[in-house]
Amino acid sequence: MRRRLSSMRWCGVGAAVLGLAMMGFGLYRGELPVVFTKAVNICLECIGIG
Amino acid sequence: MDKRKNKMSEWPRHRMQALWALLTNSYLIGFAQGKIYKGKLKNLCVPGMNCYSCPAAVGSCPIGSLQAVIGSWNFKFAFYVAGLLVFIGALIGRFVCGWLCPFGLIQDLLHKIPFPKKIKTFRGDKLLRKLKYVILVVFVILMPLFLVDILGQGAPYFCKLICPVGTLEGGLPLVLLNKSMRSTIGWLYAWKNVVLAVTIFLSILIYRPFCKYICPLGAIYSVFNPISVFHYRVDESLCTHCGACAKVCKMQIDPSKTPNHPECIRCGQCKKVCAAGALSSGCLRKGDY
Repeated sequence: MRRRLSSMRWCGVGAAVLGLAMMGFGLYRGELPVVFTKAVNICLECIGIG
Repeated sequence: MDKRKNKMSEWPRHRMQALWALLTNSYLIGFAQGKIYKGKLKNLCVPGMNCYSCPAAVGSCPIGSLQAVIGSWNFKFAFYVAGLLVFIGALIGRFVCGWLCPFGLIQDLLHKIPFPKKIKTFRGDKLLRKLKYVILVVFVILMPLFLVDILGQGAPYFCKLICPVGTLEGGLPLVLLNKSMRSTIGWLYAWKNVVLAVTIFLSILIYRPFCKYICPLGAIYSVFNPISVFHYRVDESLCTHCGACAKVCKMQIDPSKTPNHPECIRCGQCKKVCAAGALSSGCLRKGDY
């Protein structure tokens, strides 16, 4: 049980590394401008108008 | 008695929540101008539910951003935002919900309002908690992906049809501050205000109903709770199985049995109430599990 749970912690570390890799890939293929453009304009859907 | 009451106080956590909410919503002049922040910090997503159309918000909402990228004509998967959520979830899990979410703080404070009959749990509570996963899959992923216009762009359907955070943080202040917006409101605005009103009322009755049943961000982080680097642990040699931790838990879990349950928001009340000191939290430690 203890060994299994310990391996779960390392799964967490692995998932964190995977997350960083995904972020890097997302940045590489140019997803950031989509996020930025959406965020700096008033989101009409979010506020219940669009 | 007073010492015990002080020990169990939730206000240190609420102060931290308030500080984080202020930090991520520090463009306060936006409320005076009726405009939103347009600086470079909006490239970054905040970890909690925080509408980017809130006049004070200096970061992006991760759920809004996720839908924006999934629903864009050229990208059909959001690696940047999903990666960020995987990274945060893998490190701290739903600690975000308990400590770093402004809407979590609002619900915490609403639940402190006295009411004759508070509801701890009800029939179908456990089943209803699965609803947030359905909302995540249907409204955040599938609908923006497949319900698209002629340009191939999908709308952020969760934000549009459900999210009460956008109504509270963005809709109400912006509509109040802008005459032009007031003239464009319609049934959707009315619907979203009904959702917000119901959420507020239910938050007085039930502890964090939005987090328990609706929040797609909590659904994502909950998947990582059992494996997150920051975690809770039970020392079986110290635990007396008195049930105090389960009794104090407002998310209705039993930390002595499943300290890293997907519903745990890491508020820490169970650790405080444990007289035997059997519950602790931390990251990777020698002999840890």
